Amino acid sequence: MERSHIKQEINITDTLMNRINELISHYPADKKKSALLPVLHEVQDAHDNWLSIELQNKVAEILEIQPIEVYEVVTFYTMYNQRPIGKYMFEFCQTSACCLNGVENLMDYTCNKLGVGVGEPTADGLFEVRGVECLGACGYAPMMQLGDFFQEHLTEAKIDQLIADCKDGKITLHDK
Amino acid sequence: MGRKILLDKINVPGIRTYEVYRKEGGYASVEKALKKMTPDEVVEEVKTSGLRGRGGAGFPCGMKWSFIDKKSGKPRHLVCNADESEPGTFKDRYLMEFIPHLLIEGMITSSYALGANLSYIYIRGEYMWIYKILENAIAEAKAAGWLGKNILGSGYDLELYVQIGGGAYICGEETALIESLEGKRGNPRIKPPFPAVMGLWQNPTVVNNVETIAAVPWIVNNSGADYAGIGIGRSTGTKLISASGNIKNQGVYEIDLGLSVYEFINSDEYCGGMQTDRPLKALVPGGSSVPVLPAHLIYKTAAGEDRLMTYESLADGGFASGSMLGSGGFIVYDDRACIVRNTWNFSRFYHHESCGQCTPCREGTGWMEKVLWRIENGQGREEDIELLWSIQAKIEGNTICPLGDAAAWPVAAAIRHFKDEFEYHIRFPEKIKNRNHFVAEPFEKVKHLITKQTV
Repeated sequence: MERSHIKQEINITDTLMNRINELISHYPADKKKSALLPVLHEVQDAHDNWLSIELQNKVAEILEIQPIEVYEVVTFYTMYNQRPIGKYMFEFCQTSACCLNGVENLMDYTCNKLGVGVGEPTADGLFEVRGVECLGACGYAPMMQLGDFFQEHLTEAKIDQLIADCKDGKITLHDK
Repeated sequence: MGRKILLDKINVPGIRTYEVYRKEGGYASVEKALKKMTPDEVVEEVKTSGLRGRGGAGFPCGMKWSFIDKKSGKPRHLVCNADESEPGTFKDRYLMEFIPHLLIEGMITSSYALGANLSYIYIRGEYMWIYKILENAIAEAKAAGWLGKNILGSGYDLELYVQIGGGAYICGEETALIESLEGKRGNPRIKPPFPAVMGLWQNPTVVNNVETIAAVPWIVNNSGADYAGIGIGRSTGTKLISASGNIKNQGVYEIDLGLSVYEFINSDEYCGGMQTDRPLKALVPGGSSVPVLPAHLIYKTAAGEDRLMTYESLADGGFASGSMLGSGGFIVYDDRACIVRNTWNFSRFYHHESCGQCTPCREGTGWMEKVLWRIENGQGREEDIELLWSIQAKIEGNTICPLGDAAAWPVAAAIRHFKDEFEYHIRFPEKIKNRNHFVAEPFEKVKHLITKQTV
């Protein structure tokens, strides 16, 4: 579905707004825009891990900047999602040390197990597999990121367990 | 056995907490600096130490500090570069994850030296759990009176915050990092003006790597001269090395600069030798951006001297037969690693991470990736090696920031030292199809197929 056709409910709770205000307080009063990256992380985490245009506009309003200033940041950095993504996003590091340790095979294994290709959410929206560039875990390869956390020294058995734990709701994505 | 300056307390139970860190002598450098030293005296100690930037560039830290503009009257800032994203490098996360107060202590002492009252730690977005560890440690330090107004009654004020990035390697470049900290895309700025004159919000700013700042407490507690006494020549002090690839003991090590590469790879204290009995094929000693060394140049320089873990020895012979210490991201390859596949992998990384601002980098990195991909996939053309050489030469030195060089050097070095492997891929496409990508048949076994007339 085209991104523009997907509705996202915007819900800036008091807790979220307090956190946003705290982040804004880390910068001089006339440099509110500096809080943009951390604010986008907080807002994205609170909105099913993606940022619709409407939500980006809301962030612009909160930070008193132009919407284009938000769009250009969201499109530049890889961690901001512009479409709905699988709830459990398996982000495999596909750089040198992980490849030396077989991450390509593990990605194939995971995709086959979930019945999807790279970048396609499962039909139930629960899982998605993505290849990302170096995550800084070369000594603990192969690895992937799941939510805020690194899953290192991966094996097929560990992936099986992770998938089962995700299905059972045992995995914490964000440490709040 | 190498001494430990940064990691000496890493195994103390609970060292991540303020209480234990303080009990172990933490924050002594802040006390000493604020009570007994002027900011200029701290700068002088760091200059004397010979400490060089540990992020990769190796620029003398004290000299960088002395460039900060004190005459403009504008607020000054210290920004810690914790945007570690270079393939092969994972040392800073180790420090921040296990001993976060060491970095915070270093930030306070260094900010005092620079006259900075508002400082930041900029950490990559992917290290979210470490971001939270740092936020917690900063809150602990503030509660204990090491941050805020009139620290230790000295009249010195400092606010310190941690800022999270959004997932972009380019933000490890200091001016791109500043742009990102201002809430913008991470596009590097043209230098000059340097950040020491016009940095964060156009104010004088120093950007230092995590490991560099973490070394400052030891220098202040002991002396610059003591630090300079460790290491060899202009490579003073200790260095964290993150070792990965086909070695037995992968991980982060603290070494005295000057250790031999042979000892680092083979002794049980460090890498413990190769993972299997397979021979060493190549080494990337300083993160993906530095030139790869072939086996015969790893332990010995072109001049036949022992290759040492120093800025100078690893660079010995220039790019023709040397490399760089860089960030200390040590990737070791055994004889089954496919150099073409690995070079393509690095090129894909730099293409993906180019900010797109400069045409040679934006277009060139993608072009190299495409050419390398077709060689790796058995569709290489005879002229491709020459083409790759020509593209990398047009990128190097022609971009605003060093990402262009970082993309060009691995390709140039791979062609320089492993040209026959590229030729083999082009000449015998049927032999490389349907194999297990990174881990291939040892190239030495098939090398006899190549003749000088081949390509």
